[in-house]
Amino acid sequence: MDDIQNILGAMMRVAIDPQTAAVAIAVIGLNIHFGYTGLLNIGQSAFMLLGAYGFAISITQGIPMFFAILIGLALALVFALVLGVPTLKLRGDYLAIVTISAAEIIRYVGRSVGIGWLTDLTKGAQGIPGSQYRAPFTNLSFFGDGNTTLLPFNYTDVAGGSVVVRLLGWVVVIALVVLLVRIARGKLALAGAARTGAMVGIVVVAALICLFLVPVTQRNTGANGLWFTAVAWTVVGLSVLLLLGLTRSPWGRALRGVREDEDAMRSLGKNVFAIKMQALVIGGLFGALGGMMYVLPATVQPDSMGRTLTFFCYTALLLGGAATIWGPVLGSLIFYVGRAFVIAVSQTYLQDGSSPIGFMSNQQTQQFAFIVVGVALMLLVIFRPQGILGDKRELRFNV
Amino acid sequence: MSETSTPPTGSTGGALADPAERRRLMSTVTPEPGAAKADSILKVDKITRQFGGITAVDVEHLEVQRGIITALIGPNGAGKTTFFNLITGFDKPTSAGHGAHWEFDGRSLNRTSASSVARSGMVRTFQLTKSLSRMTVMENMMLGAQGQAGESLAKALFRPFWASEEKQIEQKALELLERFKLHEKRTDFAGSLSGGQRKLLEMARALMSDPKMIMLDEPMAGVNPALTQSLLGHIQSLRDEGMTVLFVEHDMHVVRHISDWVVVMAEGRVVAEGAADSVMSNPAVIDAYLGAHHDTDLGDDELLEDSTMERLEHEVAEEQAEREEGKS
Repeated sequence: MDDIQNILGAMMRVAIDPQTAAVAIAVIGLNIHFGYTGLLNIGQSAFMLLGAYGFAISITQGIPMFFAILIGLALALVFALVLGVPTLKLRGDYLAIVTISAAEIIRYVGRSVGIGWLTDLTKGAQGIPGSQYRAPFTNLSFFGDGNTTLLPFNYTDVAGGSVVVRLLGWVVVIALVVLLVRIARGKLALAGAARTGAMVGIVVVAALICLFLVPVTQRNTGANGLWFTAVAWTVVGLSVLLLLGLTRSPWGRALRGVREDEDAMRSLGKNVFAIKMQALVIGGLFGALGGMMYVLPATVQPDSMGRTLTFFCYTALLLGGAATIWGPVLGSLIFYVGRAFVIAVSQTYLQDGSSPIGFMSNQQTQQFAFIVVGVALMLLVIFRPQGILGDKRELRFNV
Repeated sequence: MSETSTPPTGSTGGALADPAERRRLMSTVTPEPGAAKADSILKVDKITRQFGGITAVDVEHLEVQRGIITALIGPNGAGKTTFFNLITGFDKPTSAGHGAHWEFDGRSLNRTSASSVARSGMVRTFQLTKSLSRMTVMENMMLGAQGQAGESLAKALFRPFWASEEKQIEQKALELLERFKLHEKRTDFAGSLSGGQRKLLEMARALMSDPKMIMLDEPMAGVNPALTQSLLGHIQSLRDEGMTVLFVEHDMHVVRHISDWVVVMAEGRVVAEGAADSVMSNPAVIDAYLGAHHDTDLGDDELLEDSTMERLEHEVAEEQAEREEGKS
């Protein structure tokens, strides 16, 4: 039971990790690009990296944090314009090629050591350590010192943390998830506000029970502490609200129109180029915001924000469901938590030294996790190509 | 300019709703290619479009009269659709900069993008329908409305800016859908509609913007007869409200039934113009396009009888003899 509790603990830490939240924000941006407008942006990591650089370098140069955030966003804006002007008038594939190469250019410029003044700013491949730019953000914390456990009331307080309590808790969580899926699929006679309310309620209760079963202790303020978690997930919440507002508006409708058929939109008098450019910029700004959040608890290390991160973003998006409101958040959570699960399981049961049948080194368990995640994704694409929240009706006809 | 920028229910509308008035007006026009019209809404000069060595369109001069229904007919490959593409900004003439000039409602369209052509009041549909598949029929319709405040990014987040406008657009879309018999499909994805229904949807969507001129590329292809009837009636009522209609169609019954004027294209050129009856009896048009038996109903059981076949064969032989006589 201890092993299981450790595995669950590792998953829970990833689930509330600010970096998971950061990726979710970037995926929301990618959702505007790819999910709603159909722009094949394969360089979302560059938007993230630019946001991160803009933010971190500004602060190391002594600029106040508020302006540092604006500078990070402005860099992403300029980047979107530079990429968009030559490519958005062409067919979609060109944007894909240009974004992936531009992302590599940004990364290579960031890690290069050829030019003295540039290296002083970016610190080359080692990157800018978080300690150099984290302070203004940490200082804003009003959580004080010490540690906090999420949830303070947890299974250890009930019946001495007996196994029965935990098993019962998991049964309840599974039941709630099943109920949620049934409501989402319209199997229960609920509609409108009642349906939304029920779903939100179930999610909150299930999350609380999870925290009851797997309490996580965090420092209140330090890097990766409670303050970071709280801010990151609040930003995720605000981003989702923003996405909701934008996509439920006539503007959002125009985005989807462009995704479906540009010529049809032109024949209706819509300025397709402007719509695509707006989408590219807005999605890029979300990317930059995600990038800043991503580096706050870590370092601005260009190689950690390369193609792999872009593909993680795509994976999360397709997992959750493109062109859905909650898809990016759910997808990021499931992707990172799923990976943490496989890593934790293989470290517990398959690593030499930790179990009698162990045959992998610690590094191999990480690689093994990627293999398992890859296979799981293939299965998902085969059996549920529209993603978890996607609308199956959309697949009935070829576009 | 002030007069020309009024909506379709403008000054010319009332007069041309009367068929006698239309006939009188069009009878003053000489039925020859490139004839000048009394009040032309669209004027095209020296437009050519070449694909490699092939000249798809080579129109010297063409005018389209405001407020009437003009049909554009011609054999397959005559360049009708290319011509549509050229004047609506979806394609650029090879002759651009070498004397090509076309104007809509007094406004030159030489350097105008497709979307601003549409915004200036000339809306087109496509021969191969372009419905927005993964959007509902209603959303398709609502995209048809132009100049929506909510489509600007700055206002999108603030519902009060566009909520009432949205309601009006929705109301209008419902009315049009009802007229086009699509209202029961409004929550379905457009991609799930049949080919004929997509034609209808596209036409209804084009009408959402109250265009001054609507250009329909084979609107009746794949639409069932009963619905064709009601659509024809609808197109006529649009004309009676003052809208100008230019349409490409291969069904000669449709052309004869509703068009006030017919333009014939062949091999990229305008080869004939005139009222439907006179154009269809024009030997050049019959030769190039219609064929001698265009009036024969191929679905007629009478055709199966031997005597009828004999008669037709006899006619064909006679014609051939005549032609040979003419040659010699």
